[in-house]
Amino acid sequence: MRELREQSALLRTRGSLAGFLKALSVLIVAWFALSVFSPAQAAETAPRLDIGKGGECVKDPQWMRKNHMHLLKHQRDETLRKGIREESASLKNCIECHASTKDDSVIAREDSFCVGCHRYEAVKPDCFECHSGTRKSAWLRQRNGK
Amino acid sequence: MAMNSPFQLLRSHLYYGLLAGGGLLVLMALYSVHLMESQGHVITGMNNQIVWGLPHVFAIFLIITASGVLNVSSIGSVFNKPAYKARAPLAGLLSIAMLAGGLAVLMLDLGRPDRIIVAATNINPTSVFAWNVVLYSGMFAAVAVYLWTMMEKRMAPWSKPAGFMVFVWRFLLTTGTGVIFSFLVARQAYGTAILPPMFIVMSFAWGMAVFHVVQSSIYAWNNKSLDEYVQHRMKNLMGVFVMASLYFVAVYHLTNAYFARQFEFERFILLEGDPYAMLFWLGYIVLGNVLPLLLIFHPALGKSRCVLAASLLIVAGAFALLYVFIIGGQAFPLAIFPGYEVSSTFADGAVAQYQPSLPEMLLGIGGIGIAFIITAIGIRVLDFVPQEIQKSAAAE
Amino acid sequence: MNQVDLQRRSFLKASAGAAAIAIAPGMMLYQVANGQTAGASGKVRWGMLIDTTQCKTGCNDCVTACNRENGLSGKTGPTDSQWIRKIEIKDISSGRELSLPMMCQHCEHPPCVDVCPTNASFKRADGIVLVDKHRCIGCRYCMMACPYKARSFVHEPLHDQNPDVPRGKGTVESCTLCVHRIDAGGKPACAEACPNQAILFGDLNDPDSEIARKVRSVASVQVRADLQLNPGVRYQGM
Repeated sequence: MRELREQSALLRTRGSLAGFLKALSVLIVAWFALSVFSPAQAAETAPRLDIGKGGECVKDPQWMRKNHMHLLKHQRDETLRKGIREESASLKNCIECHASTKDDSVIAREDSFCVGCHRYEAVKPDCFECHSGTRKSAWLRQRNGK
Repeated sequence: MAMNSPFQLLRSHLYYGLLAGGGLLVLMALYSVHLMESQGHVITGMNNQIVWGLPHVFAIFLIITASGVLNVSSIGSVFNKPAYKARAPLAGLLSIAMLAGGLAVLMLDLGRPDRIIVAATNINPTSVFAWNVVLYSGMFAAVAVYLWTMMEKRMAPWSKPAGFMVFVWRFLLTTGTGVIFSFLVARQAYGTAILPPMFIVMSFAWGMAVFHVVQSSIYAWNNKSLDEYVQHRMKNLMGVFVMASLYFVAVYHLTNAYFARQFEFERFILLEGDPYAMLFWLGYIVLGNVLPLLLIFHPALGKSRCVLAASLLIVAGAFALLYVFIIGGQAFPLAIFPGYEVSSTFADGAVAQYQPSLPEMLLGIGGIGIAFIITAIGIRVLDFVPQEIQKSAAAE
Repeated sequence: MNQVDLQRRSFLKASAGAAAIAIAPGMMLYQVANGQTAGASGKVRWGMLIDTTQCKTGCNDCVTACNRENGLSGKTGPTDSQWIRKIEIKDISSGRELSLPMMCQHCEHPPCVDVCPTNASFKRADGIVLVDKHRCIGCRYCMMACPYKARSFVHEPLHDQNPDVPRGKGTVESCTLCVHRIDAGGKPACAEACPNQAILFGDLNDPDSEIARKVRSVASVQVRADLQLNPGVRYQGM
């Protein structure tokens, strides 16, 4: 008898658990569905980008937006391990043009070249743990001024 | 099943209390890791002279003992002793738990722990660390399979071959751990082929000790008692292993002391090094060997409390030895110009200073916490606790 | 053509399209990457010959130059990086005293490369031993293995790195033989800075280079030559 009571208690628990899970999944689906209906919001928060001196030496902006990470990842081994130092493939050279003309950096402010879009996309680039984000001429000036 | 007997309730409270304790240790370790990640290793005591510190002492202890604790299972499966066979599943669980704890400490101490995937996908075949990635993860799989053959009835005929596979694998694993140091040709403390066999025999001793401590705790907390005869056999075996590892350590130091170019190093470790000499003699030799052997073999002693004390002392001695080996070995100045007195801004010719820091201690203890939690949950959820087989000398 | 054949046809077209899209980025990157610049060549072996008789006790010019060139702090605490250091040595039996700079010896058979689990520590084709910071996981095994204690671990977050010399927290680093200067046709900062020209840099494989001629004519040794690592740095006057 006690066993039956225990069993039915278990089933009732199972039932309410299933119900809870169903409600939760509906909420999640609704959340994603509703996020489609916020293009106006998206336009407001689209990233402002300080492109520094600007210009294009590798590929057009749309290609770069989609592929710069693959390019960098492939190129870094060529440069570092094989010593192939092509100017257009050098990170230092990217920074030379794209660092802001105001503070000579690609990472200093929220609209800096390497920060604006990454912040918007919530992707943290690992590069600047090691690489300098400062235009080399500015870095040299700063060092020689010391 | 009666859910409200006072004993069950107490056990439940004890279980959750223990889990909470272990969880707290792990949380503190993770907080230390967060600090090390954000502020860098400058907050630890490790520096450019002592590059591996307290976390590595804990990690290597856990890994070596994880391999050694499987001795109990091997004696059961491979050498067919029934009393050990009953303990084999618990030994397997302990092994997985300690290996997980040790590896966690090692990986979290890395300068860039976020690059574990890089480590797993870029393997340098000449690097022992890279082999160890394979050996350690393979060990998890091998022990898991072994546990399966022991705990599922229809897999029982496979438990002997599985036991043998685990036996071979753990020899490879412990060799892989010893060889990390053997391959360091330039350091006077390392670069010797005796290290892998020494580590293997030490794993036997430490594994038995840890197994005994864990088994005693489980029995105490579950109102069971260890059969006198089994305890007698196990403690004697533990004593034999302790003597064997003492032999290897003695041979290592004696050979080193014989070479003129190694003599200064031996003098540092055995006589002058502070705190290494004291840790070696007091911590390892006296507390870790002499006292336990006395407790185990003296006719007036050798009862269960003595054996437990001996096991704990053996573990303490293990930590002392690893501290002297790993940190003392780095503290002694590297001989770049043999036959010359040297000095520089980079501690050339000078004994390196090391002060263990709190984050390192917490990280190391967190590894033990991880092992503890895995073991506790495993015992609670599955049937690992040995079913007592009352055995007499005749049946054995 | 029957229905099945039409389906097969469209499947093949779709697969070919998918395959082309899959390899297209690689092919385009190949174009970009395989530019005209030649990389490091195995025909060259960069090395240094250090004349210890010209090296003065108390002079730290090479160290200062290295620190300045590579963006090191110059501090000498236990956790500070030192890529080059001056060592004062005294022969115990004869009492003769010497001063010399010690840096990564750029061995031909580097123990650091053997032990690195991820191949982060590697030897470039022209003999320069480097750390690939993209792959370094900071295990410090190479620091244990180096017979010359050449390597340092970065213990703190870094700022203001030299754009030519990336360095970061949690990775191991050592003398790069100023690879960024060498690739531009120059020589290491330490060699340039020494007031007595005690550090001679050049191509050991080129029989006509100044260093090769000098190595052939004057007595020089490699430190810890017994280990048979064949370092690219040799010392004269020891």
